[in-house]
Amino acid sequence: MKKSKLLVAAVTAGGVLAALVGCSPSSGGGGGGGGAVEHATNCTNKLVVKSAPTVTVWAWYPNMAKVVDNFNNAHKDVQVCWRNAGAGGPEYDKFQTAVSANKGAPDVVMLEADHLTNFEIQGALVDISKYGANKVKGNFSAGAWKDVSAGDAVYAAPVDGGPMGMIYRTDIFKKYGITTPPKTWAEYAADAAKVKAAGGPAFGDLGANVPAAMMALEIQKGAQPFVYDYSKNPKDITIKLDDQASKDVLNYWADLSKKGLVGKQDQFTTDYISGVVNGKYATYISAAWAPGYLTGAGVGKGTDKGKFATAPLPQWDPSNPVSVNWGGSAFAVTTQATDKALAAKVALGLYADPASLADGWKTQTIFPLNQKVLQSPEFINAKIDFFGGQTANKDVYVPAENAYKGFTYPPFTVYYYAQLQNQLTAINAGKIDGTGAATALQAQIVKYAKSQGFNVK
Amino acid sequence: MTQTAAAVGTDGRTARAARVTTRRNPSQRRAARRQALIGWTFILPFAIVFAVFLIAPLVYAFYLSLFTKGLATGTQFSFFGNYVQAFTDPAFLKGLWFVIRFVVVLIPIQMAVSLAAALVLDAITTRFARFARLTIFLPYAVPAVIGALMWGFLYSPIFGPTEQLASLFGMSAPVLLGPDTVFGSLVNVVTWQWAGYYMIIIYAALQGVDSTIYEAARIDGANAWQLAFRIKVPMVANSLVLILVFALIGTLQFFSEPQILRPIANGSITPDFTPNIYAYSVAFSYAQFNYASAISFALGFVVFLCVFVFLFLTRKRGSVFA
Repeated sequence: MKKSKLLVAAVTAGGVLAALVGCSPSSGGGGGGGGAVEHATNCTNKLVVKSAPTVTVWAWYPNMAKVVDNFNNAHKDVQVCWRNAGAGGPEYDKFQTAVSANKGAPDVVMLEADHLTNFEIQGALVDISKYGANKVKGNFSAGAWKDVSAGDAVYAAPVDGGPMGMIYRTDIFKKYGITTPPKTWAEYAADAAKVKAAGGPAFGDLGANVPAAMMALEIQKGAQPFVYDYSKNPKDITIKLDDQASKDVLNYWADLSKKGLVGKQDQFTTDYISGVVNGKYATYISAAWAPGYLTGAGVGKGTDKGKFATAPLPQWDPSNPVSVNWGGSAFAVTTQATDKALAAKVALGLYADPASLADGWKTQTIFPLNQKVLQSPEFINAKIDFFGGQTANKDVYVPAENAYKGFTYPPFTVYYYAQLQNQLTAINAGKIDGTGAATALQAQIVKYAKSQGFNVK
Repeated sequence: MTQTAAAVGTDGRTARAARVTTRRNPSQRRAARRQALIGWTFILPFAIVFAVFLIAPLVYAFYLSLFTKGLATGTQFSFFGNYVQAFTDPAFLKGLWFVIRFVVVLIPIQMAVSLAAALVLDAITTRFARFARLTIFLPYAVPAVIGALMWGFLYSPIFGPTEQLASLFGMSAPVLLGPDTVFGSLVNVVTWQWAGYYMIIIYAALQGVDSTIYEAARIDGANAWQLAFRIKVPMVANSLVLILVFALIGTLQFFSEPQILRPIANGSITPDFTPNIYAYSVAFSYAQFNYASAISFALGFVVFLCVFVFLFLTRKRGSVFA
């Protein structure tokens, strides 16, 4: 009697043990990012050619389902297995974890240009110049290409850009007698004061949580925050966050914020969008993708329809205009991909077919960087509904994109942005001025770079 | 704790029995060994899960915390370097100072609310009492994340009810998640969420008190206040200590509510707001798993220290932990 009980107990315990032990090999294989067949069951999309090898892709473009179907219908030798791992930050956190763990990353990942260096230095991205990237180089402007490459190496296929402009509300401009949109930042500040004096709303918004936009505005005045070349000296970096141009731009916005001429609201929040809908902000300094985002959030519908228009970004020196970029994204091949050539084919081909690009720009989901689209009369002359039929591409965004020269991003963008955000929050709270913020930021980032083992110049 | 005591008792008995049998004969010795084996077999499933999902990750995290990895350098063994860095890191210390202040303000409020609710509900025996009990307990049944999202809406100065209320009086809504107000707003959220749960614990303890004691007190001339504060509160002191320890540990590890409210707090909730949020940011945003492990262990050490000090100070009354 006792013996049989013991046997039962032993068998049960053994079974549990086996079950637990059994977990590790299977989960190890599933997370490896390589096993093409295993991944095929986890796709958001339906595979067209089931026998073909699959390439896993993480991306968050709102029209991604169509783009993936277009690709899969056109290819018999490879199929895309797509998953949405979150938009921006949440995806980077997941990808970063997969990179640190050395497993679990997709074959192809959507990244914004400013985050590429961060993953290059961790050896997470494949140089796709070996896999035919240079064949499509001619499809892109020099600035767009610079954003995805380091020296001769190419780390991603550009898709979407963010040339900046100034979106404004025609009804507010009209009400307060602003006949022509401000062309310089001095005019912008003067108009802001005029609207405020007449009891109007905020002229713009200094959102602390969009540090990428502030960095672009600093670069517009001539700042060069980082000099870094991963392909030549991955350990050397030059950091200049407290130069006069950066201080000037931060002081300019700190002043507007202090005087209450611009809002202090974080962007991409429900509070901000409801403010935009209710006419709390006369302008929105933003990029070409903004209309798509705003439309998706419910702006410009009903009584607000057609009240928005866009103008070129105000300049510091109108005789010498500078074009800057905020956001925009690309497809990179990860080093965890089993078949890198195949993954590169997907990275270069996905969202590059005419049907997907047309769907992307017509719904204003993306601002395409592909020159075939940028130069097509249909695109240039398109009358954009959101802007009340304005030919926004011709007037603002195509010239801005063509004049864009490209940025150099640091290999620790996430950390830099977090610190810049803290400083912008402090500026909005009136605790620090632009000069103080720039000085503090320089000290923090230099200290961090040194702690990470960089030679800071 | 009483369970452990019982287990020790049983073990002691077995051990004694085993010692007795050794003197007797080998077949009984074998039987005793088999019995011990059966005992171990029964706790094996738990022991495995415990080891795999708690002990092993802890050991691994501690191992990680002894190394340093820079973006431009490889991984190096740095011994306790990360801990030295953590305890001199202004971001970590700032977060620690925040949660300690939070404990000092939150716990007395939480205790007062839950104790008052429990005493009132214990004193009245109408149908309303049952309804009120459920209502006070309800926030605890709402998942913390959903609760935080809900409060995010309530606090919004632009589209929430505060805005509507303020506009009735022609004022603009107060910014409840601003740099100076976020502390109080979070105290409110956490109290709302947890007071009901603590109330139930105290209430259950009150129900367990023998009613003849109340009768005796009444015969001695105690009024309702005296009954509550001289009899009931001392009778449930053990539960109060238990709640305090729960609240202390939970609050020092404060994470969910500020993390959920972070995107709408306009920068008032920074990536180093509390030590746990800081560890999360350092690991998953800045890719420094080694340093994040050290921060986590440093926080664990502080929590341990606080709980130990607290239990030491309350050792006489808190007989549960004695």
